[in-house]
Amino acid sequence: MTLEPADRVDDVPPSGIRRFFELAEEMDDIISLGVGEPDFSAPWAAREAAITSLERGQTSYTANKGKRELRERIARFEHAEHDLQYDPETELLVTAGASEGLDLAFRALLDPGDTLAVAQPCYISYVPGATFASVDVLDVQTRAEDEFKLTRDALEASGAAEADALVYCYPNNPTGATMTGDELADVAAFCREHDLAVLADEIYADLTYEHEHTSIATLPGMRERTVVFNGFSKAFAMTGFRLGYAMGPEQAITAMNRVHQYTMLSAPTTAQHAAIEALDSCLDEVDEMTAQYDRRRNYVLSRFEEMGLSCFPAAGAFYAFPECPWDDADEFAEALLQSEKVAVVPGTAFGAGGDGHLRISYATGLDELKTAMNRIESFIS
Amino acid sequence: MSSRREILDLLGENARYTTEDLAHMTEFTESEVEDIVAEFEEAGVITGYQAVINWDAVDTDEERVRATVELNVALDRETNYGDIADRIAKFPEVTSLRLVSGDYDFDLTVEGDSMREVSHFISDKVAPIPEITQTVTHYIMESYKEQGMNFDDHDDDDRLSISP
Repeated sequence: MTLEPADRVDDVPPSGIRRFFELAEEMDDIISLGVGEPDFSAPWAAREAAITSLERGQTSYTANKGKRELRERIARFEHAEHDLQYDPETELLVTAGASEGLDLAFRALLDPGDTLAVAQPCYISYVPGATFASVDVLDVQTRAEDEFKLTRDALEASGAAEADALVYCYPNNPTGATMTGDELADVAAFCREHDLAVLADEIYADLTYEHEHTSIATLPGMRERTVVFNGFSKAFAMTGFRLGYAMGPEQAITAMNRVHQYTMLSAPTTAQHAAIEALDSCLDEVDEMTAQYDRRRNYVLSRFEEMGLSCFPAAGAFYAFPECPWDDADEFAEALLQSEKVAVVPGTAFGAGGDGHLRISYATGLDELKTAMNRIESFIS
Repeated sequence: MSSRREILDLLGENARYTTEDLAHMTEFTESEVEDIVAEFEEAGVITGYQAVINWDAVDTDEERVRATVELNVALDRETNYGDIADRIAKFPEVTSLRLVSGDYDFDLTVEGDSMREVSHFISDKVAPIPEITQTVTHYIMESYKEQGMNFDDHDDDDRLSISP
């Protein structure tokens, strides 16, 4: 036995963003629009609660599924904000970020050889996560002409009827696309007809600008086949706390908790204390940050329109996904970085469906955003 | 839907945003933004545009001294708070003046080139006003935050330049 990587690990190529990360790290004074996390710090009250919990010596493990107090507050929050009703005792699991929740779902709810339909372009962890769980991946391409929404046609064309489960993220990273309840109804009908489980990554749910966020689990006949993932990283700007949660039918959450209890044991205790405070007293700050993102979104979309760079009206998360003015988005991103010191991520980093596009994060202050957009404009003109 | 209030929020955040910037960020056109700003200026809602300056960071030998002063006043039948405020506010040394509740009546900020200048101003110009019964002067030793802006908030962006 040598310490060679297992085949399923060897099969996963390095992340597509890695190369740009390395290039950007070598340069000084760049403006980065490649950052997938808020530029705000976590609300002070949440940070203060974390400090207080440490001062009090609250440093032990919590219950595997998370502190009861936190689960109860999450359940109340989800009911009030997204019309989702889950029993905090049996249907809710606190995880180390939504990413851990998704990994648990891949491993606990799918068998090796099962097929997971992945709506592309997508967050970079879905496909590797499925591969690590020895699950087969089926790409479901969404298209710019559909504003990167998941359609019944796309599901049918990809052969998703034969899949066991579907994973998607709306509002979407990297496109910023959102889906309304009516649009999700078609996806829901498809999943019911073909008996697909749904893993709904809703980490950007509270960063939805043009309409209210709808969770697919609220649609008829979907609650029993859906696990919803959310967390504190994006809306509460608490990425480094690593705290998320999964909600779903009891048998799914129990299975996921079985893996969780043998791997993570419990989510970070300090972060759980911070999250309780965040839900108790920081919702106004979430609204304030969301309003700021909305202004930045308007700014970015309006500038792209002026530059004649085609970009559908992204209405969620903090990303815009314009068409790349060059044929090769990787080459463009690299040249833009070298010449103008502006870092963007080529869409290909998020799967083949992102080809020909650029992911622009507007989780950056308006002054920097303005300078970056001026530089992009001068670069392409 | 953008509101006129949003224009105020944005200018309050950064008065150097241009009409074009404001139009990009809101649903108003540039000419609508111009009209809204003009209306706010005319109505006295926007009374001026100033930079927030951290004087402690200015590399100069010239001294810049600021003090907050608590004032107590005694009103009579002919004089109200507004009359006293009018009189004090006219001095260019006074950069802010507020009527406050609590142990004293007015809170003013005074600026000068030296402590001596500020002291003389308080003793020669403010204290002699007949209705003023007491002044308490606090010299500002260091400013950490002014008008909502932290001067050193240790808020360097330590995010990875490219991340998922």
